[in-house]
Amino acid sequence: MAKRRRIWFALAVLVLLTLVACSTKNSPAITDPKGNEAHTISGIWWLMCGMASAVYLIVGGFIVVAAFRGRRSEEGKPSRVRDSTFIVVGGLIVPSIILLVLGASVVYASNNLRQPEKDPLKIEVVGKRWWWDISYPDQNITTANEVHIPVGRPLEIGLDSDNVIHSFWVPQLGGKVDLIPGQHNIWRVKATKAGVYRGECAEYCGLQHAKMNFLVVAQPAAEFDQWVVRHQNPPSGPSDELTAAGQAIFMREPCAGCHTIRGTTANGTIGPDLTDIGSRRTLGANTVANTDANLAGWIVDSQSIKPGNLMPPIPMSSNDLHALLAYLRSLK
Amino acid sequence: MAVTHTPSEETHGKIDTEELEEIWADAPGVPGFFSTVDHKRIGMRYIYTAFFFFFTSGLMALVMRDQLAAPNNHVVGPELYNQLMTMHGTTMIFLFNTPVLAGFGNYILPLQLGTRDMAFPRLNAFSYWIFVLSGLFFYASFLLGKAPDGGWFGYTPMTAKAFSPGINLDFWGLAIVFVGISTTVGAVNFIVTAFKMRAPGMTINRVPIFVWSILSMAFMVLFAVPAVTLAAGLLELDRLFGTAFFNPAHGGNLLLYQHLFWFWGHPEVYILFVPATGMISMIIPVMSRRPLAGYLWIATALIAIAFISFGVWVHHMFATGMPVQAMSFFSAVSLIIVLPSGVQFFAWIATMWKGRVRFTTPMLFAIGFLLIFLLGGITGATLATMPFDWQVTDSYYIVAHFHYVLNGAVVFPIFGAIYFWYPKMSGRKLSEKWGHISFWLMFIGFNLAFFGMHLLGFLGMPRRISTYPSGLGWDNLNLISTIGAFIFAIGTGVTLVNWFHARWWGKPAGPNPWDADSLEWATTSPPPEFNFASIPVVASRHPLWDQRPLPTANPNGDEATKSLGPEGAEHHETPETTGLDARPEATLDLPHPTYLPFLLACGIAVFFVGLLIKAVLVGIIGVGALVVALTWWAWRTEVDLA
Amino acid sequence: MSTVSASSGVAVPLAEATKPVSGEGRPTAWWGMVCLIMTESTIFAGLIASYFFYRAAAKQWPPPGIEEPKLTLTIIMSFVLWGSSIPMLVAERGIKKGNQRALRFGLIMAWIMGAAFLGYSMKDFSLEKFDWTENAYASIFYTTVGLHTFHVFVGLVMSAVVQIKAWQGKFSAERHLTVQVYAMYWHFVDAVWLFVMPTFILSPHIK
Repeated sequence: MAKRRRIWFALAVLVLLTLVACSTKNSPAITDPKGNEAHTISGIWWLMCGMASAVYLIVGGFIVVAAFRGRRSEEGKPSRVRDSTFIVVGGLIVPSIILLVLGASVVYASNNLRQPEKDPLKIEVVGKRWWWDISYPDQNITTANEVHIPVGRPLEIGLDSDNVIHSFWVPQLGGKVDLIPGQHNIWRVKATKAGVYRGECAEYCGLQHAKMNFLVVAQPAAEFDQWVVRHQNPPSGPSDELTAAGQAIFMREPCAGCHTIRGTTANGTIGPDLTDIGSRRTLGANTVANTDANLAGWIVDSQSIKPGNLMPPIPMSSNDLHALLAYLRSLK
Repeated sequence: MAVTHTPSEETHGKIDTEELEEIWADAPGVPGFFSTVDHKRIGMRYIYTAFFFFFTSGLMALVMRDQLAAPNNHVVGPELYNQLMTMHGTTMIFLFNTPVLAGFGNYILPLQLGTRDMAFPRLNAFSYWIFVLSGLFFYASFLLGKAPDGGWFGYTPMTAKAFSPGINLDFWGLAIVFVGISTTVGAVNFIVTAFKMRAPGMTINRVPIFVWSILSMAFMVLFAVPAVTLAAGLLELDRLFGTAFFNPAHGGNLLLYQHLFWFWGHPEVYILFVPATGMISMIIPVMSRRPLAGYLWIATALIAIAFISFGVWVHHMFATGMPVQAMSFFSAVSLIIVLPSGVQFFAWIATMWKGRVRFTTPMLFAIGFLLIFLLGGITGATLATMPFDWQVTDSYYIVAHFHYVLNGAVVFPIFGAIYFWYPKMSGRKLSEKWGHISFWLMFIGFNLAFFGMHLLGFLGMPRRISTYPSGLGWDNLNLISTIGAFIFAIGTGVTLVNWFHARWWGKPAGPNPWDADSLEWATTSPPPEFNFASIPVVASRHPLWDQRPLPTANPNGDEATKSLGPEGAEHHETPETTGLDARPEATLDLPHPTYLPFLLACGIAVFFVGLLIKAVLVGIIGVGALVVALTWWAWRTEVDLA
Repeated sequence: MSTVSASSGVAVPLAEATKPVSGEGRPTAWWGMVCLIMTESTIFAGLIASYFFYRAAAKQWPPPGIEEPKLTLTIIMSFVLWGSSIPMLVAERGIKKGNQRALRFGLIMAWIMGAAFLGYSMKDFSLEKFDWTENAYASIFYTTVGLHTFHVFVGLVMSAVVQIKAWQGKFSAERHLTVQVYAMYWHFVDAVWLFVMPTFILSPHIK
């Protein structure tokens, strides 16, 4: 009987774990769908979860009963069910039906996923090591690591890489698609709710794969249009002495060699476009929040935040740093 | 035809077993160590070596789990983590799971088939030496601080020279090709032995299911391993010689690497799973005290799996952006492949259902396997559906799934097999009490470690990340998983201690401590060097249950039957039988111990070292040694039978 | 005497089970070579599949800068290689009947024809105007054709060993498994060229 008690204990632990999991609200969960694809797949999942649980409980029950059944008898308890019947029904016929139902449901539920739609918003994503180059070809906007999208409008997200294979995954919007050098992949999806969603690189891409994440900011259409307008125009020049000094420092230091700021002479393409760095929520591809302290730390020694990333330390005096920060903050 | 029903004990009494042992024994000490061709010694070496890699790689896993126990942790940095992750995966698949199952196959097959050794004993020794040398080759990278960090599947272009300039990845790519030789050669040996070297009367439908599972595995190996040899081999040609196989700028194709890799990769998981099910199919009937239900169904299922496993590989590539219609075929076949496993599953349940289960340690591991594999198989079925796979591939859901099937559904049967067969191999019993403790620690630890990973996948945690931020709801589940991993590790450690204790102080085990049914239990424990002085005659699937006393055949003086009896053992011979009906056909002269397999393996190792360090002279020396050893071997082979 | 009832009543027809047969099955070495051939064939199949995979994705094949493989001499030498299976068959059939002369003659003729093909192959490689690092076409061409050439080379070395044994008189009508196993390998090498040659030499000419 000790065995039976231990089996119940094990089950209780598993249920507990599941409850633990369900109490997580901030997770980029596939079961917290905010996009059409995630909705469909979440539905598919719950169907499968139900079927899987039922199968597990029933067959698991068979196993447990079979293990204890014959123990008290001399010769083992006989059964009127022949071996081959048991095997064919349990192992072939019932699973075939379940798999058929599963297959058919999935095909039916998902046959309108990733279909081309009219008038999509085109976004081009290029995977880098280890950040995301984001551009909107029709709106002439380039940014990095933060993807703004309008809720409800079909998106056509082009995915490329100029280095190794990455994968673009926003669990709350839908499934992932790889970014493969030399191959232009396209993901078609729509957001269904406004919010800020975590995105991740989901294909091992080297040293800082763990810190190659991004944010998707889904906004109501009007808000998105405002964002587009603000970002289409290059930022106006520095408005005061401090930010002017900051800009000068930016041009003097190696920054312009790797980064672009539209409306200035800085047009490096090795690192992310910084035209709107002041308005981004995170730094280092969603590695740390975009606070002054973090931004300062990143400039002076990004290697301590994300070792191995391709930006060298740029040491400078605290006055210079102060001015530079002010300038970057003004780039919204 | 003078045939008697002499029970083996009687026969043995009339034979000078000591004399026979001397004829078959290896030289003592170091010479014997390097020259043995005995399948039992080689099989045990495979198992010990593989477990060395298991515990080493397991320690790496514990370090990884320690790092992931808390967010933003600093136990190891990303560089070391990525190396550990690569070494752990590569070791567990290539240097533990595959060889340990081959080791059991090596040890058990000739005994279960009622013959005196494998079909190609020298080739057998060679396959072991390749395994151990390739493992050392691979681990040299770690010792030199240059461990590969491309993940266990080494996708290009990250593993191309441009993005992995160091020698690290060359250790990986060359080791894969190197160890593939061992697996392939081993498979040839298994196939020919299973078909041509059986006890008379062991017709094809009386062959133990474990043998069927090894056969199925071996056929998969023959057709799958070339694909990974090509994937890693062509990658190495790119890295070492600048070819353009996987260089898109020069017409190369990145997806080709993935196709080649997974064309092997998927059958590989069945190469691991199928022999494990074979072990379960031996343990469950013995512990349920009734014959295995659905023998024909299971044998058919094993063959079906071998074929179907080649039709599903694209399900590892659903997120690569290939046309959905093309990929749907693979989705459908991935659902279909569930069915043969379902058949096996219900056959096992039926066996237990009408039997009288005794909860010995092997049976506990078998039941644990059933409960774990049920979940692993179910999650596998969910992954066959493309949209769901799009969400969870490359997340911790996958890590959960493959640990359920490759750890739970392969390692648990292996541990069951240890407790089942170690008494036969060593003549000593393992402690049942500590076996139970080991099982429960492993079972609870395993589920704690890996069940929560399904949930982590749902919560959006990608795989192969060296750390993660707090505030995403991943912290608690990761901590629980780490605790579970340590408990699981302790459980495996308990078996290690159990083994150590039993090896020196274990109670003697008789020939058949479990009252089992197959032929290996007819010998002493451990078996004599020559396995069987007189080859038994088989008339049922369960010779030791149905044929008491076990009859042996006596020779009739003709070429085909002269080795059936003790004179055959005296002359270092064994019968060769027909494939389907197991009728004696010829006499095989078994080779005596020789250094040639070791020398050949060393030559090949030197060649690979030459490639690794790009030293032409070293490579030439290796090839030279290889050619000499091969020619000498061929010269000494008297393949002609009278 | 021919059956025994054991405790669970299974009749053991021992005489039946242990009656020897001959000429029915193949020896272990033969089956070993079959297994080796199956796995080696799979390597070539993988390379050929990869060739077509590259071609399907390529705009131009062969890529610009590389000429299509020259046909005439290669086709002639291919028939020399394939033709070498005939003396091989003569050797095999011969020794089955105990004909030592047929064995030795067949082996040496097959060797000469194989060596001619090998020589031509190596000369052709050295004359090629492209290097295997240039592009995927070059890489797969050299690797696959080269791998086959290597198999020919190994076959010639094996043949030398077999021929030495033949000249030493070690084979007879009853004992010639070595010849059979070697012949199988040689026919395999020819058969592989039956697939590799049309793929790598002929098919680029089909646009």
